[in-house]
Amino acid sequence: MEYLIIILSAILVNNVVLSQFLGICPFLGVSNKLSTAFGMSGAVCFVITLATVVTYLLQNYVLVPLGIEFLQTISFILVIAALVQMVEIVLKKTSPSLYQALGIFLPLITTNCTVLGVAISVVTKQFTFGGEAHMLNLAEATVYALATAVGYGLAMLIFAGIRERLSANNVPAALRGIPIALITAGILALAFMGFANLA
Amino acid sequence: MNKFSIFTKGLIKENPTFVLLLGMCPTLATTTSALNGMSMGLATLFVLVLSNMAISAVAPYVPDKVRIPAYIVVIATFVTVLEFMMKAFTPAVYDTLGLFIPLIVVNCIVLGRAEAFASKNPVLDSALDGLGIGLGFTLSLTVLGLVRELLGSLSAFGLKIIPGDGILAFVLAPGAFIILGYLMVVFNKIFKK
Repeated sequence: MEYLIIILSAILVNNVVLSQFLGICPFLGVSNKLSTAFGMSGAVCFVITLATVVTYLLQNYVLVPLGIEFLQTISFILVIAALVQMVEIVLKKTSPSLYQALGIFLPLITTNCTVLGVAISVVTKQFTFGGEAHMLNLAEATVYALATAVGYGLAMLIFAGIRERLSANNVPAALRGIPIALITAGILALAFMGFANLA
Repeated sequence: MNKFSIFTKGLIKENPTFVLLLGMCPTLATTTSALNGMSMGLATLFVLVLSNMAISAVAPYVPDKVRIPAYIVVIATFVTVLEFMMKAFTPAVYDTLGLFIPLIVVNCIVLGRAEAFASKNPVLDSALDGLGIGLGFTLSLTVLGLVRELLGSLSAFGLKIIPGDGILAFVLAPGAFIILGYLMVVFNKIFKK
């Protein structure tokens, strides 16, 4: 039951893009076409889950026992950068077709703040999912990261679908491009607010 | 380019928010009020100036292949310094901005200036560039925060201007997107011909 609440909450109620404002740059940047949005969401899904597991272990088994939590920001970003590089190399060797689909998005992910944001949140913040506030354990953190990434993909795909239609419409000159995209995102965020009391 | 124009270009001509469209996450997330927007802008300014200076000083000695990780380490160091200073001196501000302080590391403005400007220019010019871009960022965040605060809670910089309740949606997530969209329209109308 608790896992269900984590999933619903991360995907719909506290959607990572539309209510926590993480990963806005790729959200606006690569959402022109549905196919690229799909590729980006896939790559993000993969990296967020992996990065959260690795940084969770790093925090609890290296940084805390040694008393060097102040290195958190530096070590997390380095681990994420190395991880992205490694995923790229492994993917290139083992699954060329997947690499073809996700390849160009992987280097961009290092500077996607969703990855670092989720990694830092799960080790520093207390969450309340139905019960009392507590730090997440590894299983919960993994589910939370995966659900957050799915929420990211959901927002991205809906948004890309809307923008594909938008490009065929006659938008006033001053609003063309990013401004109308931002206003669309605002209305989408308004729609997602409807989920507020769901979980 | 003379020193003065290096400094002023960040304010309007290369304004990070309205022209370069960089650093959107903190822009949208922390501008719930004019003061919050301004604090986030100043925090970024601090990191931007120091990392620009440090990177322009070490850039000639960093091998080309590892330059991005090297820059990220430099930036992350200054962000950690900032984090501890804010925790010690302004704990209330630190609590409101929360996660977005460590996330300055992945703010594309900082890495963007390091790569595009600081790595190729002398230390003083890089400091001025960081100062200009940082002030431009602070300015846009303050304006966005001010508009959202005015509409959302009918106050400015924490002072109540009109009695009564505002439109809550403008302080919440949807307002951030919509107001930034319309501010961009206004900015383009005035400054872009």
